[in-house]
Amino acid sequence: MDKEEIKVEKVKETSPAATKVVVPGDIIKESMDILPGTGAFREGKNIISKVLGIAKTDGRVISVTPLSGVYSPQKWDYVIGEITSINFSNWSVDISGPYEATLPIAEVKGYIERDADLSKHYAIGELIFAKIVDVSKTKYITLTMKDMKSRKISDGFVVDLTPSKVPRLIGKAGSMITMIKQRTNCFLSVGQNGRVWLKGDHEDIACKAIKMIEEHSHTPGLTDKISEMLDKELRKGK
Amino acid sequence: MTLKLTKERILENIVKGKRLDSRKLDEYREIRIETGISKKAEGSAKVTIGETAVIAGVKMATATPYPDTPEEGVMTTSAEYLPMGAPEFESGPPREDEIILGRIVDRAIRESKCIDFEKLCIEPKEKVWMVFIDILVMNHDGNLFDACGLAAIAALKDAKMPVLTDDGTVDHEHLKGSLPIKGTPITIAVKCYKGKYILDTNADEGEAMTTQIVVGSNDDGTVSSLQKCGTEGLTKKEIADMLKLAVDTSKKVRTKHFK
Amino acid sequence: MTKSERTDNRKLDEIRPMKMKIGVIKRADGSAEVEFGDTKVVAAVYGPRQIHPRHQERPDRSVLRCRYNMLPFSVSDRKRPGYDRRSTELGKVITESLQPALFLEEFPKTAIDIDMEITQADAGTRTTAINAASLALAHAGIPMRDLVTSVAAGRANKKLLLDMTKEEEDAPDAVDLPVAMMPRTGKITLLQMDGIVSPEDIEKIVDIAEIGCMKIYEMQKKALLEKYSS
Repeated sequence: MDKEEIKVEKVKETSPAATKVVVPGDIIKESMDILPGTGAFREGKNIISKVLGIAKTDGRVISVTPLSGVYSPQKWDYVIGEITSINFSNWSVDISGPYEATLPIAEVKGYIERDADLSKHYAIGELIFAKIVDVSKTKYITLTMKDMKSRKISDGFVVDLTPSKVPRLIGKAGSMITMIKQRTNCFLSVGQNGRVWLKGDHEDIACKAIKMIEEHSHTPGLTDKISEMLDKELRKGK
Repeated sequence: MTLKLTKERILENIVKGKRLDSRKLDEYREIRIETGISKKAEGSAKVTIGETAVIAGVKMATATPYPDTPEEGVMTTSAEYLPMGAPEFESGPPREDEIILGRIVDRAIRESKCIDFEKLCIEPKEKVWMVFIDILVMNHDGNLFDACGLAAIAALKDAKMPVLTDDGTVDHEHLKGSLPIKGTPITIAVKCYKGKYILDTNADEGEAMTTQIVVGSNDDGTVSSLQKCGTEGLTKKEIADMLKLAVDTSKKVRTKHFK
Repeated sequence: MTKSERTDNRKLDEIRPMKMKIGVIKRADGSAEVEFGDTKVVAAVYGPRQIHPRHQERPDRSVLRCRYNMLPFSVSDRKRPGYDRRSTELGKVITESLQPALFLEEFPKTAIDIDMEITQADAGTRTTAINAASLALAHAGIPMRDLVTSVAAGRANKKLLLDMTKEEEDAPDAVDLPVAMMPRTGKITLLQMDGIVSPEDIEKIVDIAEIGCMKIYEMQKKALLEKYSS
């Protein structure tokens, strides 16, 4: 029995701005001039993918957008969170993903008295649209409700989307989300943590659009496909 | 875990007779039953209802009969939530829910007398066949009672008997003849919320509404097991209505999947 | 005309027919079902997620926890459900075979839980489980240095072979050597051996396993990419 030469195939690149689905461990490019961005790492001469995702080259940086994975909290992200517990001087908030967030009393609009009943401000189970103001090295996440866009969410409903697909839902310069909002006549608020709040006339059709993005985020021509689906579904309703 | 907001939406819609996935209150998701999915089992089945996925397997061994039924075979049913089934399922000793699930599924089959246990006698007072039904929940998206009940009866009907060799050992490689089963007991869970009756709840709906009756019924419309579960009370009328709905539904399911 | 020396007509270095499918358990963060001949395993991943019990938490990285379990009806003589020593050992061994591939330090204070269920057993359950777990981890989006690929090689009836069946494992001179590795670097993350064999033969058997792993790696990649090709 001959020992075959053991080779590992490199992912072929077709152009500088090439995008391609890669698996963890794939060598994307051999070069000392390129920097590994998110989802990639350097090993000797090679830039290698860390995740199952779409590899993109942007100037001197190669990054890989994962096709799945938990939310990685970033400072200044807007997130939709659910109050899970009321503590002495803060609320614990579930923002999806492995790390719980904290909303301190100091980050709430208005004045809260010393012995106030905190549940009157935010009760367990309530949803908030909040901004992340800090992510510490030990993953302690601090939220604020003092931001202008922050608010309590009390009607409509929330749909989940893989966090890495949120940019696809928003689209270039907000094109995708604006299209969905206008055609379905719905309000939509998107949390970077993959929670999407919606309320309006055709909530179920908006929901369908979000599910399509979840399933097909990696395929080209998605905007057109969603546009077609919206037309079809809205015509059905009439 | 389901968001409180989502649970509120679900309940508001139920009162209006609507559901978030556009189904009617008494409408099932797609049910698929596949038998013979595990070669080493004497009988096996995989059932999916929407995205709920459950598998069941039947194994047989010889055993001594119970003293009060010396000429009857024995059956035992167990249900387990596999950790993969839901984020809240953990590895460890059986929880209450799993034990209740197994017992309710067992009751529907046992009390219906669909298995002729006397035919499972090998030698009176000495040796009988023992039938093991093991049910595993692989993906939890609600309505586990119905799915596990279907998987159990489908696996039993798929089962072939192992051969007993001359020296008394069981040969699992060579199977011959079906288990002595007549009829198809079906378990249906019916939920109740503010006077509305709901079938086949998914995981989110199941968290929003827990009050239900679980009914095991037979080909001739008789009921052989009944249990109320959940935190709210039910009126007699509600129970009577739900009972009828369960029996009617079991007839539809039986006709569609077991004829 | 050469007659196959194996009962299932395979060549000595031929792997059983393989099937791999991604995304079979919808609620899990990642999942895969893998078949090698008559051995079938389903693996599902939850994580990174909050770790319970809290005392298992590590401040600097995620904790990988793997559960290997055979379903009661996966084997000829029914296996009683519940804890058993072999499954506990395999859980730990598999954890150690996957850990080197994961960037655990990116998720301090969390757990990554893998549940591997053997639905049908015909030898090679631990290697099939590792292949399934590796796919499930990639599907879950967990950052990895490489996929992990695994196969058992060994000896039966005086011949050195790849991917033995139960019958071959029971041969009088049987040697069973399961191996797992990270394909790009060739680093071995699992190595176990049962049987009596010379150190030189061990090296030969490991070589056979390595070649087998590279073939399995191609199938794993294909299964992952297939899920996302339009």
